[in-house]
Amino acid sequence: MSVARAPVRIAAGQGFWGDWLEAPYRQATGGPIDYLMMDYLAEVTMSILQKQKSRDPALGYAKDFVPLMERLLPELAKRRFKVTANAGGVNPPACAQAVADGARRAGLTGKLKIGVVTGDDLLGRLDDLISRGHTLANLDTGEPITAVRDKVLSANAYLGAWPVVDALRQGADIVITGRVTDTGLTLGPMIHEFGWAADAWDRLAAGTVAGHTIECGAQSSGGNCLVDWERIPDLANVGYPIVEANPDGSFAITKHPGTGGRITVPGVTEQLVYEMGDPRAYITPDCVADFTTIQLEQAGKDRVRFSGIRGRPATDKLKVSLAYFYGYKAVGTLVYAWPDAYRKAQAADRVLRQRLADLGLRFEAILTEFVGVDATHGPLALAAGAGDDAPEVQLRIGVRSTDRARVERFTREIAPLILNGPPSVTGFAGGRPKPEEIVAYWPALIDKKEVKPCVELVAV
Amino acid sequence: MRRAGRSVKPRGRRVQLVTLAHARSGDKGDTANVGLIALRPKDYPLLVKQVTAARVARHFKGMIRGPVERFELPNLHALNFLLHGALDGGGTISLKTDAQGKVFSTALLRMAIEVKR
Repeated sequence: MSVARAPVRIAAGQGFWGDWLEAPYRQATGGPIDYLMMDYLAEVTMSILQKQKSRDPALGYAKDFVPLMERLLPELAKRRFKVTANAGGVNPPACAQAVADGARRAGLTGKLKIGVVTGDDLLGRLDDLISRGHTLANLDTGEPITAVRDKVLSANAYLGAWPVVDALRQGADIVITGRVTDTGLTLGPMIHEFGWAADAWDRLAAGTVAGHTIECGAQSSGGNCLVDWERIPDLANVGYPIVEANPDGSFAITKHPGTGGRITVPGVTEQLVYEMGDPRAYITPDCVADFTTIQLEQAGKDRVRFSGIRGRPATDKLKVSLAYFYGYKAVGTLVYAWPDAYRKAQAADRVLRQRLADLGLRFEAILTEFVGVDATHGPLALAAGAGDDAPEVQLRIGVRSTDRARVERFTREIAPLILNGPPSVTGFAGGRPKPEEIVAYWPALIDKKEVKPCVELVAV
Repeated sequence: MRRAGRSVKPRGRRVQLVTLAHARSGDKGDTANVGLIALRPKDYPLLVKQVTAARVARHFKGMIRGPVERFELPNLHALNFLLHGALDGGGTISLKTDAQGKVFSTALLRMAIEVKR
């Protein structure tokens, strides 16, 4: 008689670099888990890390990951769960080394293996790729990468779940990757545990949907949840989501008992549509998932069951995330008080714009928002009377230019308005705004055969 | 918004989407997405019928530069809208407070549609 296999429990620990530092530790200690998945890489994070690496070749990864792992390592050694994280940024080997050093200091020498996934970094190969006819055309504008070649700061292909699977098969306890997709960090453990085939498209799609559901951490367990938001219990103690995955591709989303937050069909649905494009074609390196096939069911308190998910074959391309230097921007703010707060802020905006024009300063863009009136809902809020009798309105004005000097000059035109513009103005404690470098994102595609993922193991 | 100029008397009453649906939004470059989810599954057909791409484009007039696409997810009682050119270049380029379109969803919930009395 065959015994039904217990589900594999994959817990989300970080939804982005900067997420709640307590979450991974609570996931590790609040109940049984088999894997802890941590997503660190947003679209422009890679360029920031590339810059750090160019200054110091030992850097270029999510530095916070190391102390976080040091706190987790004793639990990991005791409870034997595994970790998947794309915290390696543009330097996964250095990240793995730093974690290995920490593990040795914690007395775990000889007791852990760290898998290192690389091969996503295309920066050094960019000219070769271009010379062989790869245009890396911008997916939004169609422009070839040659248009900004000399400004490119980073170029990384999105790897999928399979290199993570490789590392787990080789016995890694901790898998540290560069630009692996958020979903691959969850799907990888499922493929490894259940032995799914590379063309088991429905199952791969199911694992991908599971990954999408937990990749933003608490966004599927009550965080940033609009439906019934005031009655979501104990967000201070919010439980991050856990996937309970079955070999047939069905799974449930749940959280540890005794934690805050809430897992319901409407709440999970909000996360499913987050950053959604065409729901029939959620494209990853591993498969194309069809979100219109997902069936959800409330299967108990704080438990939503997923089934019915269908997928299609993966494409022969990988997405490439490039970052390039774009220019400069600065944003200044002032707060105007009742009476006539909105009209005062509008008057200040007119004065400022006239002064900029009189100085002959032109910008690629000037944007004025009145926070408290129209910053998020624009004319829709104005039509609903948002500006009438407001107790205060924040004037928020930003400029963008390729010329740093112009942006710098703009930043000096805000403070004078306090004494020489419309009255009842305050809120300038932050001082003069600073010009900021803009590193912009350039999405492109490349043939899969051009990218060779590499998996190595580091013994602690 | 007032519809004083309407010549045909509405057959139903007008209610804001916020009473019928919830929503979440995010970004992809200069495109914001808004997922609109019926609070009660029985209201989903109403959303499909009235919250059309053209209607949403009119709703966001002056806030977005590009076209609006709509996708249906009947299994989730949800519609997904792509609002192109909504984010002043998007991501790090944008000067907007809501550069990543995080709360565009709530702006859609201001739309009023007609329901039977």
